[in-house]
Amino acid sequence: MTAVTAANPTLVMGPVLYNWSVDAWVDFHARVADEIDVDRVHVGEVVCSKREPFFADRLPEVIERLQRGGKTVVVDTLALVTVKRERQLVGDLAALDGVEIEINDLTPLATLDFGRRFAVSPLVNVYNEGTLAFLASRGAWSVCLPPELPLAQVEALAREGARLGVETQVFAFGRLPLAISGRCYHARIHGLAKDSCRYVCSEDPDGLEVDTLDGEAFLAVNGVQTMSQDCAVVMDELDALVAASVGAFRLSPQTGDMGVVATAYRDRLAGRIDGAEAMARLATAGLTMPIGPSMMSRAWTPATQPGR
Amino acid sequence: MNMVAEIFRPELVCPAGTPAALRTAVEAGADAVYCGFRDETNARNFPGLNFSPAELTESIRFAHDHGAKVLVAINTFPRAGAETLWHDAVARAEGAGADAVILADLGLVAHATVKHPKLRRHLSVQAAASNPDVIRFWAATFDIKRVVLPRVLTVPEIAAINLEISCETEVFVFGGLCVMAEGRCSLSSHATGKSPNMNGVCSPPSHVLYREEGDDLVAELGGWTIDRTPKGVPAPYPTLCKGRFSAGGYSGHVFEDPVSLDAAQLIPPLIEAGVTAFKIEGRQRSRAYTQAVVGAFRKAIDDHVAGRPIASDMTKRLAEGQTTTAGAYKKTWR
Repeated sequence: MTAVTAANPTLVMGPVLYNWSVDAWVDFHARVADEIDVDRVHVGEVVCSKREPFFADRLPEVIERLQRGGKTVVVDTLALVTVKRERQLVGDLAALDGVEIEINDLTPLATLDFGRRFAVSPLVNVYNEGTLAFLASRGAWSVCLPPELPLAQVEALAREGARLGVETQVFAFGRLPLAISGRCYHARIHGLAKDSCRYVCSEDPDGLEVDTLDGEAFLAVNGVQTMSQDCAVVMDELDALVAASVGAFRLSPQTGDMGVVATAYRDRLAGRIDGAEAMARLATAGLTMPIGPSMMSRAWTPATQPGR
Repeated sequence: MNMVAEIFRPELVCPAGTPAALRTAVEAGADAVYCGFRDETNARNFPGLNFSPAELTESIRFAHDHGAKVLVAINTFPRAGAETLWHDAVARAEGAGADAVILADLGLVAHATVKHPKLRRHLSVQAAASNPDVIRFWAATFDIKRVVLPRVLTVPEIAAINLEISCETEVFVFGGLCVMAEGRCSLSSHATGKSPNMNGVCSPPSHVLYREEGDDLVAELGGWTIDRTPKGVPAPYPTLCKGRFSAGGYSGHVFEDPVSLDAAQLIPPLIEAGVTAFKIEGRQRSRAYTQAVVGAFRKAIDDHVAGRPIASDMTKRLAEGQTTTAGAYKKTWR
């Protein structure tokens, strides 16, 4: 087998971005704690503050369970913070002791104690060395890079991260988070307003597919978030990324068997299987969406002639 | 004696894609004009637009002679390994006499703060600073003087922000409407590989194709069908988030109708909300458009400051047949 490296990169289970039922969410994390081979697990509501109250009561037990299972736990802050209650939520998290936090916009930097450690999510714009250096100076220890970055820039930032002592992470598996809005598209599609949304996003545990008028699988909406419809997979680039000092790979939870997904990545990163075998295993994970290439491995060509 | 309190006179900030448009905007009554260099450092990196360093110097001289300011937008996110291009743009803007630079990237703002401490810094809408805490972070850390607010906020939310911050706020009142939090959208990248953040373009013409299919005209972006109209009906430009798609049994404008923003009637409540400056979108638009829109908003603001009502039909004609919306400023939009 091709050995990726001996560096032993960290596998990270990202936060559940969808509106799962509380029971499904608790059960998922129990499984992650007991059975799924990842080193680090993210929890906390990223997408919509209206979902947060349903999970708040159960969060401490989920964190405790994951820690008992030997996982490092990271609590995520909201991606789009506007109203007072959302600011309060973020402020409360920033004040938490004894747990790692991940910022999803720069709001927490207003209240975090100087030098307090934090991780940086792929929803924060880290495109260059200057931004990476500033965040490192403020206490960032891990930065998951934006999925739209081309491979060459991921490599450049990973090398700079290694120099600065900051772990760089790549969003390796899942529907890609592409945009966040003040408007709820899930509600809009159902003819509802955001304030009276009836939590329709909970009907779609992998988001709601948005197809083109020609039936092509294009996007998915998840409340105020817009995602790729494909489950984007970073696989062919793993060798190059590890060689460039990328230290961690994020798997974003989808319904289906994330245990199969984690093991496929673990075995591939350890050089026990090759990329084709890893892809074959992902195909057996029971995903509800097509698997597609990550943005860093796609080739786009300008439109020049009719047809595709 | 007139006992009405004096109404705050806001700054009208107008777009200029070319030196000629800058002169037009200044002559039509702009208090300030914003523009960018002819490269990927600004978020309107379109062919045939923008300023060379020499054109910028000359244009700033013209604006200053006519009592107007020039704000230089360097509001894309510098590319790893190529930050020098963005650093040089900030230095050139200062050298040309710019009244402020409009920046979005954390690293670039940090650089400008250290290397160009006397150059006034505005925070671009592309930084999506959407609450008082994060605005205070930017202001306290980098002495940001003005924040351009993202188009996700209602008027009461803007008022609440202004009560808690000490720097100025600027809001968009007319033109194209991003429905996503600005600077936090890679939809264009997903379809074309080119994005506002990295390349200063959204749904770029280089990736647009119109093709006939049966009785339809299909508008494609990067090979994806963004809209389909019967032949003979004007086909919309396939801006990704204004396209028609199908989802959950619904078929139509999933994200937003092809509308543009018109908040002219909200000028009074926005002034009440403490907004310092009103911004018109459209550096890519024609001089005639610039002249008409700037003139109309000059009159609207002057009327309001003089205690006269803002004419309700004033901006309708300017939308060029497009439907308009007050966007997120009205809560119902969400």
